[in-house]
Amino acid sequence: MGVNEVTEPGPGRGTAPTGGAAPSDPAGAGGSGQSRSSHRPQAPQTSEPAPLLRMTGIEKSFLGVRVLHGVGLDLRAGEVHALVGENGAGKSTLMKVLAGVHRPDAGRIELDGAPVRFEHPLQAQRAGVSTVFQEFNLLPERSVAENVFLGREPRRRGLVDGRRMTADTEALLGELGIERLDPGARVRNLSVAEQQVVEIVKAVSRDARIISMDEPTAALAGAEVELLYRLVRRLRERGVAVLYVSHRLKEIFELGDRITVLKDGRLVDTADVAASTPDELVRKMVGRPMSAFFPDRAAGAAPGPVRLRVEGGGNEQLDGIDLELRGGEIVGLAGLQGSGRTELAQALFGIGRFTRGRMWVDGRPVLPRSPRQAVRAGLALVSEDRKAEGLALNQPVLANARMVLDAVLPGSAGRRARRVPEILSSLELVARGLDQEVRFLSGGNQQKVVMAKWLATEPAVMVLDEPTRGVDVGARQALYTRVRELADAGVAVLLISSELSEVLGMADRILVLYDGRIAGELPAGAEEEAVMALATGRAARGAAR
Amino acid sequence: MTVDQAPAGPPPGAPTPPAERPAAPPALRFLGGASGPVFVLLILIFAGIFTLNPSFAEPPSMMFFLRQAAPLIVLAIGQYLVIVSGEFDLSVGALVGAQVVIAAALIDGEEARTLPVLGVMLVFGLMVGLVNGLITTLLKVPSIITTLGTMLVLSGAIQLWTGGAPTGALSESFRVAGRFGIEDVPVLGQLPWALLILVAVALAALVLMRSSYGRTLVSVGDNETAAAFAGARVWLVRTGAFVLSALLATLAGVLIGGYAGVTAQVGDGLEFAAITAVVLGGVVLGGGRGTVVAAMAGALAVEGLFTLFNQLSLPSTIRPSVQGLIIIAAVAYAARQGSLPWQRTRPRAPRTVQPTRR
Amino acid sequence: MSAQGTAAPPRPEPPRPAAAARPRRRGPSSTQLVYLALGIILVVGAVLLAMRGGNLFSTGNLVDMLTRSSLLGFVAIGQTLVILCRSLDLSVGYVVALSSLVAATTMAGDPARIPLGIAAALAVAALVGLANGLVVTKLRVNAFIATLGTGLIIRGYLDTRYQGPAGEVPAAFQVFGYSRIGFVPVSTAVMLGVAVAGILLLRRTRLGYHMFAVGGDPEVARLSGIRTDRTMIIAHVLCSVAAGLAGLLLASRFGTGSALVYDSGYDLESIAAVVLGGTYLMGGSGGIAGTVAGVLILAVLDTVFNVLAIDPFFRDVLRGVIIIAAVALYARSQFAKRASRVRFPKAGPGDRAAGRAPTRAEQEQEVRQ
Repeated sequence: MGVNEVTEPGPGRGTAPTGGAAPSDPAGAGGSGQSRSSHRPQAPQTSEPAPLLRMTGIEKSFLGVRVLHGVGLDLRAGEVHALVGENGAGKSTLMKVLAGVHRPDAGRIELDGAPVRFEHPLQAQRAGVSTVFQEFNLLPERSVAENVFLGREPRRRGLVDGRRMTADTEALLGELGIERLDPGARVRNLSVAEQQVVEIVKAVSRDARIISMDEPTAALAGAEVELLYRLVRRLRERGVAVLYVSHRLKEIFELGDRITVLKDGRLVDTADVAASTPDELVRKMVGRPMSAFFPDRAAGAAPGPVRLRVEGGGNEQLDGIDLELRGGEIVGLAGLQGSGRTELAQALFGIGRFTRGRMWVDGRPVLPRSPRQAVRAGLALVSEDRKAEGLALNQPVLANARMVLDAVLPGSAGRRARRVPEILSSLELVARGLDQEVRFLSGGNQQKVVMAKWLATEPAVMVLDEPTRGVDVGARQALYTRVRELADAGVAVLLISSELSEVLGMADRILVLYDGRIAGELPAGAEEEAVMALATGRAARGAAR
Repeated sequence: MTVDQAPAGPPPGAPTPPAERPAAPPALRFLGGASGPVFVLLILIFAGIFTLNPSFAEPPSMMFFLRQAAPLIVLAIGQYLVIVSGEFDLSVGALVGAQVVIAAALIDGEEARTLPVLGVMLVFGLMVGLVNGLITTLLKVPSIITTLGTMLVLSGAIQLWTGGAPTGALSESFRVAGRFGIEDVPVLGQLPWALLILVAVALAALVLMRSSYGRTLVSVGDNETAAAFAGARVWLVRTGAFVLSALLATLAGVLIGGYAGVTAQVGDGLEFAAITAVVLGGVVLGGGRGTVVAAMAGALAVEGLFTLFNQLSLPSTIRPSVQGLIIIAAVAYAARQGSLPWQRTRPRAPRTVQPTRR
Repeated sequence: MSAQGTAAPPRPEPPRPAAAARPRRRGPSSTQLVYLALGIILVVGAVLLAMRGGNLFSTGNLVDMLTRSSLLGFVAIGQTLVILCRSLDLSVGYVVALSSLVAATTMAGDPARIPLGIAAALAVAALVGLANGLVVTKLRVNAFIATLGTGLIIRGYLDTRYQGPAGEVPAAFQVFGYSRIGFVPVSTAVMLGVAVAGILLLRRTRLGYHMFAVGGDPEVARLSGIRTDRTMIIAHVLCSVAAGLAGLLLASRFGTGSALVYDSGYDLESIAAVVLGGTYLMGGSGGIAGTVAGVLILAVLDTVFNVLAIDPFFRDVLRGVIIIAAVALYARSQFAKRASRVRFPKAGPGDRAAGRAPTRAEQEQEVRQ
């Protein structure tokens, strides 16, 4: 916590070289409007304006795995700069370097031509660089205005000037073209889109000249997307540089001025949107040589009996889900963020369950209403968020690997638990021992523990939601091999991944989700472009709203 | 959270395949980690006592000491179960008081009523535990408030019922458990029943914590969501802990009533003493960490400390001060070890180092 | 600033944000609910008394009610501040006792030493608060344990040093405890003054705003440049000082300092009043206005029971039940509010607008349990 102790917010206290970068304290400035308008003059034209921000040669590694290889990026005032790439390409890491969350191992960041170092998000904020993460930094119990001015409440004669705070917020909202958002409303009562607006207003109120947004539309519905579009355009008009991370090609072409493509932590290209086409962009993003570490599919082995069947499954997030998983096959499930991948996995498992439709496991009708029922029916779910949902981090390996047995099947826990060490060995777990607490394991080994936990239940159907997220290459290979063996042993596997190469490399056939529905099915040898076409809704207009 | 921030991974050069059995026997694990200090403290305290009063080391006085310590250890076991599942039980002190008063009033000195009244007490304890557990889990009332409310209700109801002064008397057979033992045992002299009961309860607790229920209980305390995703019925598991805590408080009431007699104040402050003991054992408030053995050792240390003060002829009034200092020091020590999360907040984007979230 | 919402200016952009079109559900705030509950209890109490031929609003009963509320009021106001910061203070009862003794022994019956006595009592209380705050923030000890620990330390000191009442409060200072203006005791007026000051602190100062932030989400607070440790420490100091005021009141009532008052259960009772007043036990939401209502509810109940000659122990039973019921009710409404967010804007098939909303709602729910 000592690290995070920060000095009183005030103008020009960051490490940023001042000059134009010094944020004027809104509490001290006469009117919020005027102070910001001084940044506006830069023309949002492409006649080679000097970049507002330039990042060059950014390198970053985590635990010896290099995530960014000398990436460079420049942002101009008054442009919307789209940052695209597959999951794992390094977009978010780059964004967090810019936000001051991560410190780069090498490379330079220049703001207005002068080098800066951001050791803490606050420094970045004070230098005029704000970031809107997907997890909002808002206090749900406080009002919009209170959130916008948090930590910098305007004062008059020593007391917080609530009226001025409300008025300034109202003015900011007006300037940004947002109506009907009450500055006095509690954030808790706002929709996700409105909360996002509050985050952006917060950034603008801090005189942010650079605002980066991490997949801002991932959680938004149609009309709300429009709201965000208008807001982003307003920001551009005001001379703000917007770094816009998104998967949705449609958005990028509607909103963006320039596009930077990252792949495997390297810069592929930066180009004007006007000079790009969607197909070209997809080609730049994907098309990675298929790595050789995917295990061979059992040649010509016919899939076994149907183990999982869903007809017309749906709930608040999903609709018309028809599925058939057979023993011995690995079915890949692809889709963009927010397309309902995780929701589908969880619905199968009785979390956020199906409210419509029918489901059978091994021919027996079940519609799990809780994970417990799902486990009893023979389902297993390796969930997306390993640390929050998969592991009890302070418990030893063995306790975690036995968790499902102990929780659901205590009668047979002893018998099946005896097999747990063997299962862990077969996954090539690297640990000091079975009594080592899992928080000390690497991501890959943690995931092996999660796998073991479910393998111990001898499931009929295994759903893997992002099984290799944060897992190093070596451990991936072991996981892939084990998953294939699992299928060969007659288990039906549903593999959900945001990494296309993984789905393409592992799956015997691929389902693509778009907007909560299955947009189409592709055979094993499908092209990445074909998957992307379905996933971005280009090939299935009918399924879109 | 993708990139692992683990401070200490496995030694990079030596990737060891997992052993077939746990590498270190569980008994030795207590010496490391947050539970370690309590055993060191225990040794120091007893070294101090024995130095001051060598005769204390003689079996009969040890037996006396253990008989006296038994109720707190029993309570600590119950409190451990609740704390390790991530909750609190503040009602145990009032429950002990209530059970003693109930026993005295219902038995009223008649031997024949002893067993039926013990049955009534068990049922009463069960109900209190159920109420605590169900209100906490199903109505989502923080357990500190739930059990505080139960505490108020219990103490008020008992006072109301007895009109302020407990009535009746315990039977002799009721008092056997707390007061007497097997006489004329070689070396030991008297082997107190309380000690035998304690040993039985402790063994049962050890078995319980190694059972599926015990493991699930710890998982629930460590990561409720993960446990629920693994199919655990979190509400049921936690309610079970509250019920066990209340039943153990009932047992402690039997021991204390037998040993100390009947007053309405007999349970006062016992809940905090039990929490002190558990925390001293390195069990982390918030759940998921610490062993039942360490919690018992914590209770033994608390009792040992009070004995040490008697030996030092410190006024008994200073006890609370020392108790306070120790409890703060123990938790601060654990926090310094980094084994205590400073604040349990949800994982947030700026802090986590994860490429993407849904 | 008001026209914006209602009279929509004829702007060219046709698409209306869906979220804005959604009717905003806003029920009564928790503070309003508490005052409603207070009103109901007053009415029911008055009717009950009237049936027995009594009058709840007789001067005697009003004075009794208000006198009861002032002592707990001080403690609960302070407790509100720490609970808002997602902390807790279990040492308040001991601070009350300690400060009453410090005041009485310092004054030693000499009217000239009254200011000195007051200053000494409050300074000692502030020191305890500082210790609590430092242990919680710097030693990173759970507030429950930290304040329980300091409480026990004080208790040991009190038990060892003072066997019975000690010191003497000059008659002039007893005015604080006994005189009244109309039916309002001076002590209650002072308590209400402190409450107003506290409300002002929370609503009109940066410190107050930052307390909400620290309790709501320490990480967000830190990222906004708020010095969380300092905020937390100040909250603890203010809480102890408020308890010190209660100690002063006690000393002036008894005419002497008393160590044994720590057994009166101020710690838990004050937490109960705070929670009853609608302040969220996990911090970040609530306020002193609600706490005052919570204190008054408890005081009204006491007075009604007293007049009806109901056994005082029944009071404890009822109190326990009321506290649990109140918190359960709050938990329910909290749950219902969050659950309703999940379904926005329309639960039509294929509309996954709520994609992230449930996640956040669930997380909150989980965190707050």
